Amino acid sequence: MTAVMGTRMLRKEDPALLAGENKFIDDIHAPGELWMGMVRSTMGHAKINSIDTAEAEAMPGVAAVYTGAQLADMGLWLAPLPCAWPVTDDMVNPAHNPVCVDEAKHVGDIVAVVLCDSRYGAADAAEKVVVDYEPLPAVGSLEAAVANEVMAHSDLTTNKAFHWPLIPDPEGTEKAFAEAAHVVKAKFVQQRLIPSAMEPRGCLAIPSPAGGEITLYTASQVPHIMKVMVAATTGIPESKIRVIAPSVGGGFGGKLNIDPDAILSVTLANHLGLPVRWTEARTEAAGSTHQGRGQIQHMEVAADESGKISSVRVHLDADMGAYMMLITPGVPLLGSFLYTGVYDIPNLAFTCDGYFTNMTPTDAYRGAGRPEACYAIERIMDILAGEVGITPEEIRERNYINGGEKFENHDAASTLTFDSGHYRPAHDKALEMVKIADLRAEQARRRDAGDSKQLGIGMCSYVEICGLAPSRALGGLNYAAGGWEHATVRVLPTGKIEVVSGSTPHGQGHETSWSMIIADKMGVDPNDVEVLHSDTAKSPLGLDTYGSRSLAVGGVAIAMAADKVIEKAKLIAAHQFEAAPEDVQFEAGAFSVAGTPAKSVHIQELGFAAFAAHDLPDGMEPNLQEQVSFDPPNFAFPFGTHVAVVEIDTDTGGVELINYVGVDDCGHQVNPLIVEGQLHGGIVQGVAQALFEEAIYDDDGNISNPSFMDYLVPSAAEMPMMDLDHTVTPSTTNPLGVKGVGEAGTIGSAAAVMNAVCDALKPYGVTDMDMPATPKRIWEAINSNGGAA
Amino acid sequence: MTVNGKTRSSDVEPRTLLVHHLRDDLGLTGTNIGCDSSSCGACTVHIDGESVKACTVLAVQAEGTNITTIEGLSAVAEAEGIATGEQNWHPMQEAFQQCHALQCGYCTPGMVMASTSFLKENPNPSEQEIREGLEGNLCRCTGYHNIVKAVQSVAGGAS
Repeated sequence: MTAVMGTRMLRKEDPALLAGENKFIDDIHAPGELWMGMVRSTMGHAKINSIDTAEAEAMPGVAAVYTGAQLADMGLWLAPLPCAWPVTDDMVNPAHNPVCVDEAKHVGDIVAVVLCDSRYGAADAAEKVVVDYEPLPAVGSLEAAVANEVMAHSDLTTNKAFHWPLIPDPEGTEKAFAEAAHVVKAKFVQQRLIPSAMEPRGCLAIPSPAGGEITLYTASQVPHIMKVMVAATTGIPESKIRVIAPSVGGGFGGKLNIDPDAILSVTLANHLGLPVRWTEARTEAAGSTHQGRGQIQHMEVAADESGKISSVRVHLDADMGAYMMLITPGVPLLGSFLYTGVYDIPNLAFTCDGYFTNMTPTDAYRGAGRPEACYAIERIMDILAGEVGITPEEIRERNYINGGEKFENHDAASTLTFDSGHYRPAHDKALEMVKIADLRAEQARRRDAGDSKQLGIGMCSYVEICGLAPSRALGGLNYAAGGWEHATVRVLPTGKIEVVSGSTPHGQGHETSWSMIIADKMGVDPNDVEVLHSDTAKSPLGLDTYGSRSLAVGGVAIAMAADKVIEKAKLIAAHQFEAAPEDVQFEAGAFSVAGTPAKSVHIQELGFAAFAAHDLPDGMEPNLQEQVSFDPPNFAFPFGTHVAVVEIDTDTGGVELINYVGVDDCGHQVNPLIVEGQLHGGIVQGVAQALFEEAIYDDDGNISNPSFMDYLVPSAAEMPMMDLDHTVTPSTTNPLGVKGVGEAGTIGSAAAVMNAVCDALKPYGVTDMDMPATPKRIWEAINSNGGAA
Repeated sequence: MTVNGKTRSSDVEPRTLLVHHLRDDLGLTGTNIGCDSSSCGACTVHIDGESVKACTVLAVQAEGTNITTIEGLSAVAEAEGIATGEQNWHPMQEAFQQCHALQCGYCTPGMVMASTSFLKENPNPSEQEIREGLEGNLCRCTGYHNIVKAVQSVAGGAS
């Protein structure tokens, strides 16, 4: 049997999706359901003087209208919405009630909830609720939060939520900067981004007719975490809560929170004895789904004459938004370990201050802390190259860990140990694919000719932290939960293989990849494998999908469980053969006795034998199923080199991405088709940060671009084809040698594109530019010195 | 109106959007909703053979028209004499799977509907024409790379 892993197997998920037969959250209905209509604050910061619900209550089909004060009195929940990552013991964490009681803290904060028997009726009635707001001074930017003159929370005396340092060797830092030949400083702004999964969020809570049980359907990346948090927040016992994530239309981090809607639907469904649902409107999402990024990075590097870096010192100001959500404060810290990038930099000093603002809370968005870190180090590498007077390629070559040659278990200055890396082949391949020498020649020609279309070439060599995460490491960072993943593998009586996984797909193709792992391990047809997931009744244990963890933790758990099944099946086969287990061999799904290959039994046949249990070895438990909770001993560290080529119209400031090359290394690949797809999408999300997207707020905390008309998610017309290749450096963290690829593209691409933009503008004296590099910003940069090159 | 070959007659509120009528009244949930500003194209259906964003049309405006949704696409292909193969798919559906042009699948029905009508207007498009032809349909997963390839493969096959 030929290996399935490593092939471009077509996805098992596709037929239902292509026929429109699968069910997303808004496709699922329950008889008697009530629609929630959220009355959301229209002000960034305001005292709620009064709320008049009379007109809304009189609307046809309206079952109830609740204000925050009423809900607080009803005692439907025990605790505010959870933050699972109190990064310091003294972190300030103001109560985040699902519906605010007397003070609205951001545009979109829920102030009242309408329940109505129709989709349109709920929206109509929500509009009829009259709220008397008294405007309060608002914190409408991170800079304003840091200035600390206006408080985002009226009852606090500072906007600062925490100070978090990672300074393993402070004296080393001082010495490195004191002795450096070159010290380069830069300030980078990571603008706020709206995750924008194509499927808006939504939920439907259905109470059982008896027994007090509740089923929550939710467009979530984290049904297992949701179950625990619903129980902890509402007091409903876990045994009575079932959470199901149906088909989920993308997540990118935006669907990993414990949002007010989930808690409201569960508690109101319980209270009313009726199903309660909600579907987010796109324009509502800017205030109802957390945003990503929102950091200002103060970055410094110290280097010797040749550009060899001795230390990185970075201070982050991080925008928490109005409240701490599930992992809000931890996101910037996930990047803290990556500010030395792929480089052999012996010293790192990192500090982060988290601040409250009157804007939508921030939390994880594709990459979560790591794209920001990669951006800062990869941008400053180019700036340093300019200072030293060498090319971006050369500055990287001089600094790669182990000179770019292969290494295992590198102790980084951040205190983490990189599992494996081999940076130079990806670097060389990417430059070769993009034809760097030809490009530089063409760039020089256009510069000399004063061409109105200038070329820019930007590279980025990234490393990321995947496979979240060793539970002890998370504990060390004050994260409340662990990072293991659970899997069960069963050979059913019919011979079909059933895999139960605790990781939760929302577009990644887990059913296909898990089937491929099982096919190779157990020697079965991948179509004989059924994967169960995303339903806490079928898959009671799990820690879900985020942080490029599914394969490196969940997939590995499946492979380990399959190994245990094979071990048990071998004992049954040996018993049937009347042979010693050590004489039984397993190949291509079949057990046989060494030397007598004619006598064999397939593992799928043993499913029935184990189920019937008529003739099992003495003392063996019936049934062929095993489970594993895999807690990885370390993270995994994928890497790669990306090169972006942009063309800038110096007359208009227009910028076009004309070529994109990526050479990525995520260890062994289960399905290259899926790997490439993850990279394509990830790259475009990073390009989008570099060139198009930004959630724009005014000083009062109003967002000015909440819809897809003005929040510029790129379309096909803005992107070129991407040219991808890969290298394979197996991870030493897990037996499959896999790393993770869900976020790699996003981590590598924003820096590559901005390096290209700044490269194109070098003749104009431009060394840096804030994202997104809009035509306006570019035009202004070109013309700030009178347009002279 | 005729929807996927069947005559459907309903009383609707005048303000009902076609996409809500299709989804909530007729149960055709393959057509998705991704925005509220006619920007994303997830709700693209064919009205009398042309791509239309079903969130920009009132159900009453579609009275008397012939509507095709993703659920009815392969039947239309069959009626036009296009081979639908083992899976009973329009060639565009087949190409989307072959090229891995979908991940979460939420934009996919709209993207497939937009792509098929685009190729009717322009059977031999350049890559850039495909990109501009699909500008009204957003996808957050694929980076469009494989979607463009899928459309190219159908266009190439047809020419």
